[in-house]
Amino acid sequence: MRVVLAVLRKDLRLELRTLETVPAMVLLTLVTFVIFHFGLNRATIDGQLAAGVLTATLLFAAMLGINRLFVAEREQGGFDGFLLAPVDRSAMLVAKAAALFLFLVILEVVAVPAFALFLLGPSLGPALPGLILVLALADAALAVIGTLVSAIAVHTRARDLIGPVIALPLLIPALIATARAIGPLLAAHGAGSPPGRWLAILALYDVVFALLAYAVFDFLLED
Amino acid sequence: MPPTTTYGKGLRSLALATTITIGLALVLIFFYAPLDAEQGFVQKIFYLHVPLAIVSLCGFVVGGALAICHLRTGDRKWDLRSYVAIHMALIFGIGGLITGSIWAKASWGHWWVWNEPTLVSFLIVLLLFATYQPLRFSIEDPERQSRYASVFSIVAGAFVPLNFIAVRLAAQYVHPRVLTLGGGQLPGSMRLTFLVSLVGIALLYATLWKYEMTAKNTRFAVRRLRRTLLGEDAVRPVGRSAAPS
Repeated sequence: MRVVLAVLRKDLRLELRTLETVPAMVLLTLVTFVIFHFGLNRATIDGQLAAGVLTATLLFAAMLGINRLFVAEREQGGFDGFLLAPVDRSAMLVAKAAALFLFLVILEVVAVPAFALFLLGPSLGPALPGLILVLALADAALAVIGTLVSAIAVHTRARDLIGPVIALPLLIPALIATARAIGPLLAAHGAGSPPGRWLAILALYDVVFALLAYAVFDFLLED
Repeated sequence: MPPTTTYGKGLRSLALATTITIGLALVLIFFYAPLDAEQGFVQKIFYLHVPLAIVSLCGFVVGGALAICHLRTGDRKWDLRSYVAIHMALIFGIGGLITGSIWAKASWGHWWVWNEPTLVSFLIVLLLFATYQPLRFSIEDPERQSRYASVFSIVAGAFVPLNFIAVRLAAQYVHPRVLTLGGGQLPGSMRLTFLVSLVGIALLYATLWKYEMTAKNTRFAVRRLRRTLLGEDAVRPVGRSAAPS
C-alpha cells in the first residue's frame, strides 16, 4: 500500500508540475462538444442522444490519458527503477489505475458542467446523483482496462496506434452499459433513475477486469 | 530434437475423419434435413454459418487457455499453439461473418442488422481479435512478443463471454430467437444435421490447427538442420513477424 501511494503521489506530482495530460483531455472534450454541436446541427440534446455524445466524448479524452500513462516510465527509465526496487509489481497497476481514475474524475468535474452548459437541454441538477454513480463505475472500467492496455501498448513500436485499437473493442460492453445507464438520466421530461441492470453490468465488468488485470499484470513488467 | 515425423502424427486420421464427417454433413444437409417452411432453401446456410461461428468463438477461448499454459510454464511451444488457435479462429470467424451476412440478406433483406445481439457481439469479438496480429507484429523482441500476446489472449478470451452477456442485454428483441445454442426449438432431423455439421467444422478446425502446427514445426526443424549443416551464414535470419519463431 505504501508503494502504491508513493507511485501515485509521484504521478500526481508529475502531472501537477508538467500539466501535460489533464489539460489536454479537458481541451479535447470541449472541442468535441463544439464538433458535436455542428455535426448534429442541434442547439440542445437530451435523452439517449445526449448520453451517447457524453460517453463518446469522455472515451476519446480518456484515450489521450491512456496513451500517455506509461510513456514517462518508459522514456525516463521509470520501469527499470521500479523493477529494481524490492516491491510487489502489482503496486504499479493499482497506482497507475488510481492515477488514471483521478485524471478522469478531474476531467469530468470540468467536462460535465461544460456539457450541461453547451449542449444539454434538460437541467443537470436532478440527474447529478445518478450521473456521478454511473460515471464513477465507468471511470473504474476505463482506468483498469486503460492501464492494462497501456502497459501492453507502451512496449510496442506503434504504441499510439496499438493502444486505442485494442482498448476500444475491450471497452465496448462498458460503454454500452454507460450510455444506456445515462440515457434515462438525461431524458427531456425529467430525470429517471439509472437502470439497475446496466449498473450491475458495469460493476461486474469492473470487478472481472480488475481481477484479470491483477492476475496478468506481473507478466507485462518482467524483463 | 524429435524427428519431424512426430509433429504430423495423427494428422492423416484426423483429416480422414474430417472428410467423412463433412461429407456426411453435406449429405444430411441436402437430402435429409427438411426445407424450412418460411425461408426455404436459403436456410441451409445455417448449417455452415452457425458451426463456423461457434467453432471460431471456442477457438478464441481455447487460444486464451493455451496462453495461460504459456505464462504458467514459460514454454514457448504453448505460445505457438495459442497463436495458431487464434489465427485459425480468426479465419473461421470471418467465414462465419460472411455466411451470416449472406443469410441475413436472404432472410431479412439486409446485409447487416443491429438488433440481433449474437451478430453484434460476434463483430465486437472479431474486431478485438483482429488486433492480435498487429500487436504481435509491433513487438520486436520475440520473447516479449510471446509474453504480451499471451496476456492479450487471456484478457480477450475472458472478454468473449462477458461481451456476449452485455450485448445480449442491450438488444431489444425484434426477431424471434429460433437459434438457441442447443438447437432447442429445432425439429429432430434439423438438430441431427446441425450437430453433425458442428462436429464436422470442429474437426476441420482441429485438422487445420494440427496441419499449421506441423508446417511451422517442420519449418523450424529444417532451419535448424540447415544451420547445422551449412553454417550460420547460409540461413537467412527470419524477418520481423507476427508469428512466433
